[in-house]
Amino acid sequence: MAVKPLLSVPREVKAGVPFEVRILIQHPMETGFRRDAVGGVIARDIIHTFECSVDGEEVFAARLEPAIAAKPYLAFSARLERSGTMLLRWVDDHGVEAQERVDIRVV
Amino acid sequence: MSTSAWCRALVLLLAALPAAAQERRSGYDDAGPQVRAMQDDDMANPAFLWVQQGEVLWERRVGEAGKSCADCHGAVSEMRGVAARFPEFDAARGRVVTLEQRVNVCRTDFQGAPALAPESDALLGITALVGLQSRGMPVAVEVSGAAAEAVARGEAFFRLRQGQLNLSCAQCHDQLAGQSLAGSRIPQGHPNGYPIYRLEWQGMGSLHRRLRACLVGVRAEPLGRDDALLGDLELYLAARAAGLKVETPGVRP
Repeated sequence: MAVKPLLSVPREVKAGVPFEVRILIQHPMETGFRRDAVGGVIARDIIHTFECSVDGEEVFAARLEPAIAAKPYLAFSARLERSGTMLLRWVDDHGVEAQERVDIRVV
Repeated sequence: MSTSAWCRALVLLLAALPAAAQERRSGYDDAGPQVRAMQDDDMANPAFLWVQQGEVLWERRVGEAGKSCADCHGAVSEMRGVAARFPEFDAARGRVVTLEQRVNVCRTDFQGAPALAPESDALLGITALVGLQSRGMPVAVEVSGAAAEAVARGEAFFRLRQGQLNLSCAQCHDQLAGQSLAGSRIPQGHPNGYPIYRLEWQGMGSLHRRLRACLVGVRAEPLGRDDALLGDLELYLAARAAGLKVETPGVRP
């Protein structure tokens, strides 16, 4: 079953005032350095790219590395001048892409 | 004797009490500040990924009966207090039933669905969700009547020296609790946060998984999932933790 991330984004913010975005994603973040019971390398499978944009404008991006533990947790700040839709998108080594959308209103 | 002399005598008396009479401390209190911060914040606690799955499964109709958990039990908030009194002695079965086993009794007997696999995301999700409803309530299992014998069997197992290392649970978790094992503080070993998200596992696990890890750690034979002694031990541990607040789903290092 596809597991939705734990996502914390305020639905209403003040113009120009920074707010915090937090996301915790269900992912094994397999490093690619471990071996299985018969000595074969377990293929790397990590979320390598994470992007956050509002109405097409990038507000945050991260390149993740194998040292990051399973269920990666990202927290960052953003600020908006006008209302928009925040798109959070990430891709893993299997090419699996996932995204979340949140409408944020500037009040 | 003056008041201050009485106080001094009392302090000496308290200091002489064995470790077993120490104040009960949750594993939370012995964890580092980062781990505590993860548990304190439901948005940073990875166990809530399982709780979310549990919420979906609670409403899902399954099995020949086509019933969901909610069809019988109502909203999951109705389960408040249930996890605080589990495991419980089931007189009809003549044995202790853990929360995991009880969920599967519902599955097989009332929903007509196959039992959920141990340590599966689905079973962990449902038990975490049910446990969450009791968060903050004191652990209070029934230990009188027929349950008393089960508690006694559990305690005997707790005090039994076993495995190649010839250690009992009590030696570490009663006598040496609070001291260090390698770089970690030895906790008192209370079951008030299960199922937990354990950083070492990078995943979620039941109390059985944790007990298995302990028993393998002393090179003893782990208890099987359907071993009645497992229920006895879990019941004794819950009785030993009486009064501690339920923390489910906990985060441990």
